[in-house]
Amino acid sequence: MVQVLKRKALALVGNHAVAYAVKQAKPQVLAVFPITPQTTMLEKLAEYIASGELKAELIKVESEHSAMAAIYGAALAGARVFTATSSHGLLYMTEMIYWAGGQRVPIVAAIATRAIASPWSILDEHQDFLSKRDAIWIQIMAENVQEAYDLTIQAFRISEDERVILPVMMGFDGFILTHTMEKVEVLEDYEVDSFLPPRKFNLIDFSDPVGIGPLAQPDDYMRVRYDAMKAMERSKSVIEEIMREYEKLSGRKYDLVECYKCEDAKYIFVTMGAWSGDAKVAVNMLRDEGIEAGLLKIIVFRPFPKEKVQEYLRSAKGVVVFDRDYSYGSGGILANEVKAALYGLQVPVYSVIAGLGGKDVKPIHFQKVMEDLVNEKLEEERWLL
Amino acid sequence: MINIPAVVPIARPKIGSAGKTGLWRVERPVIHYDKCTKCRLCVLYCPENNIDLLENLYPQIDYDYCKGCGVCAQVCPEKAIEMVREVK
Repeated sequence: MVQVLKRKALALVGNHAVAYAVKQAKPQVLAVFPITPQTTMLEKLAEYIASGELKAELIKVESEHSAMAAIYGAALAGARVFTATSSHGLLYMTEMIYWAGGQRVPIVAAIATRAIASPWSILDEHQDFLSKRDAIWIQIMAENVQEAYDLTIQAFRISEDERVILPVMMGFDGFILTHTMEKVEVLEDYEVDSFLPPRKFNLIDFSDPVGIGPLAQPDDYMRVRYDAMKAMERSKSVIEEIMREYEKLSGRKYDLVECYKCEDAKYIFVTMGAWSGDAKVAVNMLRDEGIEAGLLKIIVFRPFPKEKVQEYLRSAKGVVVFDRDYSYGSGGILANEVKAALYGLQVPVYSVIAGLGGKDVKPIHFQKVMEDLVNEKLEEERWLL
Repeated sequence: MINIPAVVPIARPKIGSAGKTGLWRVERPVIHYDKCTKCRLCVLYCPENNIDLLENLYPQIDYDYCKGCGVCAQVCPEKAIEMVREVK
């Protein structure tokens, strides 16, 4: 029997897949400053605008700080907006990132994750992305090009939901995803239109002028931050709801986390981003050896899905968290989050730091670590040098 | 009206809640319209956002709130704004 593919499938590199998703989301204003490894996404978006496929204003800014400032203003004025950056660009953008988060402006930013100097590196690391974890932004992370496409579309919807109203950052690994060509099943334009209706609320009204981000007295300041905290907590169930709706539309399942053979697993990896694929291969290699391994992939990092992490890891004999980042003087950033979520539960959590500055990590590295854990040879924190 | 279903930091500044600050002025900027070329630099540079454009696009200073800092007179390329002592 011949199976007919229902969906249009394209071969796209990560940057072009995100650009395609952005084109379908129909933002009115973009402000992007080129930086490796994001540049080809900006070029693709400029092509879409030049050819008339995307009717949007692309502001040619002089820096990432201005890029975020420009779309912050445009989003306030009612536009759907988008930007993308990486590494040092993200750091330079940081001040305006906090402004946008504090002001609760719907914005979508794609972050091609990349190591931060010094020493100089253009390769993958999650340090840049995770350094924005306290900026009142929702943070989601893709494992492959298909997810980068899907999560970009969902990001617009999450950001503009009236119960949320928070900016969303979609992280995907620099070069590993941005420059890798994969088969991507794309939605039709009319399907995206129905999933992403225009925003229903105004942030400013030109006939009733207000001051934005004014000086706040301590009482007011804390009240605003408290409401942001509540919105962040509330967004968990909203994200789940939107992801279920997206599943109905696309046939692809999304959740705050993905459990890969972790239900019956005794030894579980926790990862985020592209190398989750390598971890899945390692899980199967370990299962062939008779080790009951599994993987818990974090898709939504902020708000951190504490309840899901507890649910899936509470009966594990050992948990190994892989971090492509490090909080110097403390520990792996994801490992610390997992440990905090599991506080009070008697689950041993091990931390592995690997792949910094783009250092290659393969399934055998995951496999070796897990074998060591089973043989009680794994340290509490191990750096794969 | 704004209809944001969230607590967000916005303010509704009132005009002149500190009183008519123009009373602080020692020198008054006077525009000589015969020299003005409508370049609007004074409008852009006024730190109090206190210079409006008339319908014919000439600038007009709101003396109720102008503190007489003299920035407009400094930036005017035509020297069309003169600072005049308020008290003799």
